Order: sequence, then structure tokens, then C-alpha cells
Amino acid sequence: MAKVPVQFTLNGSEEAEFIDSGTTLLNALRDKIGDTSPKGGCHQGTCGACSVIIDGELRLSCLTLAETCSGAAITTLSGLSESGVLHPLQRAFLDTFATQCGFCTPGMIIAAKVLLDHTPNPSRDEVVEALSGNICRCTGYEPIIQAVLTAARANSQNAA
Amino acid sequence: MELRKNYFADVRKDDLHEIGQPRPRSDSPGHVTGKTAFFADRNFPGMLHLKMVRSPHHHARIRSIDTSEAEKHPGVVKVLTAKDVPHNVYTILILIQIGPEDETVLADGKVRWKGEAVVAVLAETERAAQEAAAKVKVDYEVLPAVFDMEEALKPGAPLVNEYHGQNYYLYDSGACRKVRFGDVEAGFAGADHILEQSYQSSPIEHAPTETTGCVVMPEGNDRFTCYTNTQAMFFTLDNTSIILQMPGSKLHFVGGTVGGGFGGKVDVIVEPIAILGAKLTGRPVSFIYSREEEMQISSPRAAEKVVIKDGVMKDGRIIARKVTGYTDAGAYSRHSPYGAQKGAGHYPGPYTIPNVWIDTYCVYTNRTPSSAMRGFGVTIGDFALEVQMDKLARLIGMDPLEFRFINAYRDGDMKAHRQPTEGAALIECMQEASRAANWPVAEKYMAMSSYKNGA
Repeated sequence: MAKVPVQFTLNGSEEAEFIDSGTTLLNALRDKIGDTSPKGGCHQGTCGACSVIIDGELRLSCLTLAETCSGAAITTLSGLSESGVLHPLQRAFLDTFATQCGFCTPGMIIAAKVLLDHTPNPSRDEVVEALSGNICRCTGYEPIIQAVLTAARANSQNAA
Repeated sequence: MELRKNYFADVRKDDLHEIGQPRPRSDSPGHVTGKTAFFADRNFPGMLHLKMVRSPHHHARIRSIDTSEAEKHPGVVKVLTAKDVPHNVYTILILIQIGPEDETVLADGKVRWKGEAVVAVLAETERAAQEAAAKVKVDYEVLPAVFDMEEALKPGAPLVNEYHGQNYYLYDSGACRKVRFGDVEAGFAGADHILEQSYQSSPIEHAPTETTGCVVMPEGNDRFTCYTNTQAMFFTLDNTSIILQMPGSKLHFVGGTVGGGFGGKVDVIVEPIAILGAKLTGRPVSFIYSREEEMQISSPRAAEKVVIKDGVMKDGRIIARKVTGYTDAGAYSRHSPYGAQKGAGHYPGPYTIPNVWIDTYCVYTNRTPSSAMRGFGVTIGDFALEVQMDKLARLIGMDPLEFRFINAYRDGDMKAHRQPTEGAALIECMQEASRAANWPVAEKYMAMSSYKNGA
């Protein structure tokens, strides 16, 4: 099978790989580059566990071909904490018990980050809407919604 | 709410200061940073991908299997059939002497449910494995199938599983698990009202976000490391040892991180065949269910049917209860004989009834094998029992909560399966529920205690 080169920025680092044409970004990140923080729960764009940020936009990496990402800036959960300091969303998920099995957590935090990047003080309805593409089978969602609202409050207090 | 300090007084220190204090979960830092290692996060150079050829029929004889085209497909390394599996017929609970062995790792001569594993294909890529699996030719002779439990129990029904010889699990007590307590017919004869109702449920899929699977690495010391999301580590280790006829010391299982289980990952399904593939190829092997397999192939909660006949007095006492329970095991036992047995012990509910008769059947049909799920064997029963309780209360014109106070078990009451009640707190829970839900009951019920003498 013909290999194609891809080059993009992942969490601030330059990455270059030769991949099989047709490889999803999810598989390229996990199997080639070794960033296993995006998860494959359905590989058909329905569960949201593979969510990543591509050039500021929330995307499903299982439905994105890696070769379409050349030159892009990609952010995954493993790029969120800086120098070991947790991102406010990570802190809030920890403090409000918003994780159980942890499999949906990477996608949830990434989807929440895109929301807060665009809407720093979201309403509860906006949080629910922003997470509506992410399935959690453990928590019943309420602690996750609370975590995002807590992180938004922490952000606005820091900004004040 | 008053804490009942007399319960477990001899073992209680009452230096409790943890409640109300948040304590961090030990696994959460890994979850929020993406560092938690789920089984599928292990990736090894040269790893093969396993895909299963599955039965398109509910019940069929296999006339022949032709794997020659699949073996020639580019990227295919190994194709496995029943003859490759050292001990192909197994059952999970054989570890605790609940037999007979009734399930094949790979189908041998027959398939008994739609989706049953027939041939395993190992290839360099997932895509090659999938394409080659489509090239395996299986010649089936389709047989009559049975999907309804009561149909399956009728004489002349198609026999689902020859290892049992009949379409129900044969307990040491016979065709069903039985509870006999008092004289149920005399109870019905003396009852003011009789209510017989039938309750049914469909199979329920756990739908975890992480699908079932494992990654196996053959180690240099002739051992196999199996990274798995099983919820039943030692059941899986021991059954794999039996299926592969391999000492347990050769098997190193790494697990404990499960991306959602809910009971759906207690069966021994992916590990033995993946380890066998690693053994026969000398390569790491990954076997991960697709989302479609997770929804269609993995065991659901069993479908159940519960028929309850109660004799009740005008004053609210239930004086006789007869229950016939049916648990749909699907084509194989897995954990269902145990689930049906749990139901037998559970059907009187948390109520004291002097005359009880219970029969529970574990029935085989040509449906997807069912297994464990959150309180299996009792959850559906509780639905049926509590709906029945509401109907009984309505029948005699009584408040449904007061009706439950009258029948609630209390310390010292003998349960139908001969276990004396101790440490009961149902009455106290209902009193608290009455306050919390603002559903008042008569003062005499608020003055009741789980201690009969009111101590």
C-alpha cells in the first residue's frame, strides 16, 4: 500500500510520519505517533471519545483522514497540562469526581475546552449542548456538566 | 436521620469522620491527563490483528469450511479453526463445578446463535484481516431455531444445545431451581383476593464506551502477557489455562483498567483465541471488538419472564406467593444458571410471606448468549415484584407504601429459602423515604421498627 507523508503540529511539537493512505487521524496519533489520549470507542463518529482540536475547531479524529491534516495544529488531552500543572478543566474534573471509568474523559475535556475557548462563561444549557456529541456510560453526565461550569468559574475568577 | 447505633455495635468504633469529606480517586489523575493505560493503548511492533468470521444463521449445521482463499489474501498470517483450539468446548463456571462444558471457542460442526465465532483470521493489518475474513467460505445447512423460552420448553422444540440434551439447565433439584415454604395452595384457598400477573423483559446491552478486547505479547521467556479489559481476571486466567491446556504460570494477565463494564466483560471470549494466535504465530496479537460486535455479539442481560401469583388479605397481608421465573440464557450457559438461581432466592422480595412456591428455569434458545449485568437475576425480578406490590395495594384499596410496611421483613422473620432475617432496615428506610418524598403514612407505621419487639 502506498505510503503518504503527513506533517503537523501536535500539542506544539512538529510531527512527521509516513502513513498508509486512508489512515484516520485517530489511528495515526495512537499507532504511529504514540499519543493514546484520544480513544476509539466506535470508529464511526458517534461516541466522541476520539475528539481532538484541529486549528481551534472540535473534530472527531476517527472520521478525519490524517493526510488532510498536513500543516494543521492539533491539540489532544495529553497537551493540556503545562509543566505538570493541570489545566483548569482537568483540575475541575478531578475535584468534582467527573471521571469514573475514564474512557470518555479525554473527549469530554477536549469538547469542553473548545466550548470555554469560545464561550468563557457558558450557561448550563450551553455546556449540555457542547457535550452532546460525547457519550458517557458511567456518570449520568451531571458531574461532568458541573466540572465544566466549575472550570469556567475558576477561569473567570483568575481573569478578574 | 438517626443512625441506628445498636447495629453492629460490637464491631463499630464510631470514630467516623470520613463521610462528607472528599477524597481523591486514585485513578482520576491518569484519566484527566490521558495517561491511564487502557489495554488498547498498548501497541507493539509487528502486532497482528484478529478478526472473526461469524455465523449469519441462528442455528445451522456446518457442512464444510474452506479457508484457502482467505489464507492467500495479502497480509494474512494465520487462519484458525476449531481443530486448532486444544480444549475447544468449555464453560466459564466449570471452575466452581457448574457444568457441563457446553460452548465452543470456535464453532465445530454447528452454530447455535447468529454471530457465533467460526473462524479466526490473523493479518498484518485490521483491513487485511477483515477482507480475508470475508473470503472464508462456510457451507451451512440451516436448522429450525427457537427464540421464545416457553416454545423452547415445549416437547418437540428444536434442541439448542446437545451438551445439555434439553432446552433447560438441569440443576441438582431438576429442571428448575425450587423454593418451597409453607403450603402455597392452602394460602391461596384462604386468601381474600388472588392476583396473577406476567412480566417480561428484553435483553439489554451494557454498551460500554470501550469495546471488549485484549492485546497479547509473546514474551522471550515463553510466557504470554495479555493486556485485557476483563472484569473477571482470574476466571479468565483459569479458563484460558483450561482452553489452551497451558499452565497458568505461562500466562501473565494485566488488567484492572476497564473502560466501562457493567458486568458485560465477565465472560471469557477474546483472550484464549488471541493468546492462541500469539502462540501459533510468535507475534503480538490484538483482538478488539468493533462497535457493531460490542452491540450484537457481547452478552446482554438475559431476557426474563416472571409470572407471579399472590394471595392477599383485605387487611394487607400477603399470605401466599407463587412465582415461575424464566431466564433466557441464549445458546450457552455462561453465567445464566447462576442468575436464574439467584432469582429463586430473591422472588419473595424483602417481604415476609408465610407460604411461598418458586420455580426458576434457565432456558436455552438460539439467541445471543446472555450473561452478567448489574444485579442480574434480581433486577428484572425487582421490577416485576414492585409493580406487583403496587397492583396488590390498588386491588385492596390500600396506600402502596403502607401496604409495604405491613409486609416488610423484620429481624427474626424466616425467609422462604430458610435464611433467618437479620440486620433488616427496610422499615427504617421506608420511614425515611416517606419523610423525604413527602408521602405520609399512618402514625402506627412511623412507629414501627425492624425489631419486632420494638427495641
